[in-house]
Amino acid sequence: MDILYKILIDPFLQMGQAPDLFVQTLWEGLVAGVLYSLIALGFVLIFKASGVFNFAQGIMMVFAALTLVGLHAKGVPAFLALALTVVVMLVLAIGIERLVLRPLVNQPDIILFMATFGLTYFLIGLGEVIFGGEPKTMITDALYLPRGSYEWKAFGGFVAFQKIDIAAVIIASVMVAGLAVFFQKTRIGRALRAVADSHKAALSVGISLEQIWVIVWFTAGIVALATGIMWGARSDVSFALQILALKALPVLILGGFTSIPGAIVGGVIIGVGEKVGEFYWGPLLGSGIESWLAYVIALVFLLFRPQGLFGERIIERI
Amino acid sequence: MRLKYLVLGAAVGSLVGASVLASRAEAQESIFVPLLTYRTGPFAGSGIPIANGMHDYLAMLNERDGGIGGVKLVIEECETGYNNAKGVECYEAVKSKKPVVVNPYSTGITLAIIPKAAVDKIPILSMAYGLSASAVGNEFPWIFNPPATYWDGLSMMFRYIGGKEGGLDKLKGKTIGYIYFDGGYGLEPIPLLEQFAKDYGFTVKKYPVPPAEMQNQSGLWLNVRRDRPDWMIMWGWGAMNPTAVKEAAKINYPMDKFIGIWWSGGDDDARPAGADAKGYLTLNFNGVGTNYPAIQDIVKTVVDKGKSQTPKDKIGENLYNRGVYNSVLIAEAIRNAQKITGKKVVTGEDVRRGFESLKISAARWKELGLPEFGAPIEAVSCTDHNGHHAAYMQQWDGTKWVKVSDWIVPMKEKVRPLLEAAAKDYVTKNQPWPKRTEPCDKST
Repeated sequence: MDILYKILIDPFLQMGQAPDLFVQTLWEGLVAGVLYSLIALGFVLIFKASGVFNFAQGIMMVFAALTLVGLHAKGVPAFLALALTVVVMLVLAIGIERLVLRPLVNQPDIILFMATFGLTYFLIGLGEVIFGGEPKTMITDALYLPRGSYEWKAFGGFVAFQKIDIAAVIIASVMVAGLAVFFQKTRIGRALRAVADSHKAALSVGISLEQIWVIVWFTAGIVALATGIMWGARSDVSFALQILALKALPVLILGGFTSIPGAIVGGVIIGVGEKVGEFYWGPLLGSGIESWLAYVIALVFLLFRPQGLFGERIIERI
Repeated sequence: MRLKYLVLGAAVGSLVGASVLASRAEAQESIFVPLLTYRTGPFAGSGIPIANGMHDYLAMLNERDGGIGGVKLVIEECETGYNNAKGVECYEAVKSKKPVVVNPYSTGITLAIIPKAAVDKIPILSMAYGLSASAVGNEFPWIFNPPATYWDGLSMMFRYIGGKEGGLDKLKGKTIGYIYFDGGYGLEPIPLLEQFAKDYGFTVKKYPVPPAEMQNQSGLWLNVRRDRPDWMIMWGWGAMNPTAVKEAAKINYPMDKFIGIWWSGGDDDARPAGADAKGYLTLNFNGVGTNYPAIQDIVKTVVDKGKSQTPKDKIGENLYNRGVYNSVLIAEAIRNAQKITGKKVVTGEDVRRGFESLKISAARWKELGLPEFGAPIEAVSCTDHNGHHAAYMQQWDGTKWVKVSDWIVPMKEKVRPLLEAAAKDYVTKNQPWPKRTEPCDKST
């Protein structure tokens, strides 16, 4: 009886007794969720264009953030370093298309998937050779990203909003909205959707697969850069960051591998779900449950929508 | 044509012969010291400075003194990535080269190779990490973990906390939070923490950080904000440390009540939070800074000559000096082994004896060019492979670590019986466990 009370009643009582902590938990979940969405978005973009689960998305995030910090450390002004990092991500996208994707056209998806494994280890090695393995501090001040926090006195307590988190939410939202418009309203966006539907049909109407791949990998690189800056500011810029990319997996399971809105909504559900779960139910299970709770949430959703929240329902006639 | 083959064969033969002779000569006139390190992967931030410190001190001995007792050291790193499987691979790879000691530099790897050490006759140095119970020399004759065990570290933290609270009895009814890396390393001190909770009447709140969530701790720290522990203790490593320090500052946790173990006190652990981390405390057992003659010798003979991977501005930082400390223990054990055996080229078995009678007095630290770099090592013996030596508390002042306490001695009287019991328990669970057959030198 006692355990049922602790699971079913006590957490909700706590929410009512300390609403400031409940709001704080929701905020932390929202921030984490938006950042998960950004990571997931990188996966979705590439999956839509090439049907490949890009295992290298995590290391692309680290590589982009390291390039930015590394260039700044060499004396390059912050915004020039940012621009140069964008150029590096473009060169990387072109290189990946020429050297990895193009030779593997028409190969089974699993071959391309394995190629992204290779790419991951290549980028880890390259990053370590160029920048070393030591953690770096994100150039938050030089990029005029805000520090400190606002405290909102409410509900007999307070809710703290870190300025960097507010910036992360705004930047992520703007990026997501921009990408949505780009892919819905522009010619390239329509071409990408055509490629996502069918490579052959897209080729037959004159869409350049190579060009689309470069654009998509470059866009995923920019998303990786934004994600790297935000996560780097919350912790540090190190190779450990790539582990965080795995957080995108439950988001993708939940939101669907091909849906941009799915990545966004899925990210927020996972972020809020795991923080609320950790805070109110975690202590019952010894705390530290976030790493697997995200998958449980995703699996529960899958019971009702096997194709994910916004994933395409595949109906095959037999 | 035949002449051509003859000449070619002779050339190849002489080359092979020369290399065999050379390797034999090297084997006879050198001492092989492998270093299991991690310069890559998620824990490289902590692993690199330690690897540099370990390497540079031994390299300096080669450059300045021609090795130890006139015998050159062959230093070879093996990259583990702080991964247990790779660590065991490294151990197996270096084993055949007859190492005089192996440093796993990971509690997980140490736990995996403890059963192998006695079989292979290779001493394992797990300096202030690894299995705390391996301090019991009668059960673990080949494992050494000076200068202090994790359990000593925890007891020193409680001495400090007791001092601040006006006595350990004042902890009754209070709450101590324990945030830890959810692996072998972070789990290690929990039995003693729970024992202390019973003894002093406080409540323990545990906050495990899974390896995949090292940089995503905001949920856990909300729990800390709700639970309001009176003190927070951390057993963190790698990227977990700077994230935890930042999160603690974020929830306005009083930083002068947040104490990390000695592995949570790297400069890169506190630096990312900068001024927000001001007040954060960690234990330490080695000196920091470059103001030691031996460190200056490292700069002169190794770093300035391009024989090191260390950036000059990182020399003297806490974890770099920790690596130096580690190598001092190795070097002194080898020197001791040479003294005991009268041999120049010592073996793993000799160095095991060297460790069992390891003594580094204050005068010896000075002689080594490291005055007051560490507490005197004087209590390692056949039965006690740790010595339970003192450490001190350091505090982040916003830009650097500052020593804020005298040497704090561990509660050996509390720790030792628990270690003995834990060692017995380990042996019982890992039967058949070999009985100690190694004799104890009179000098110990």
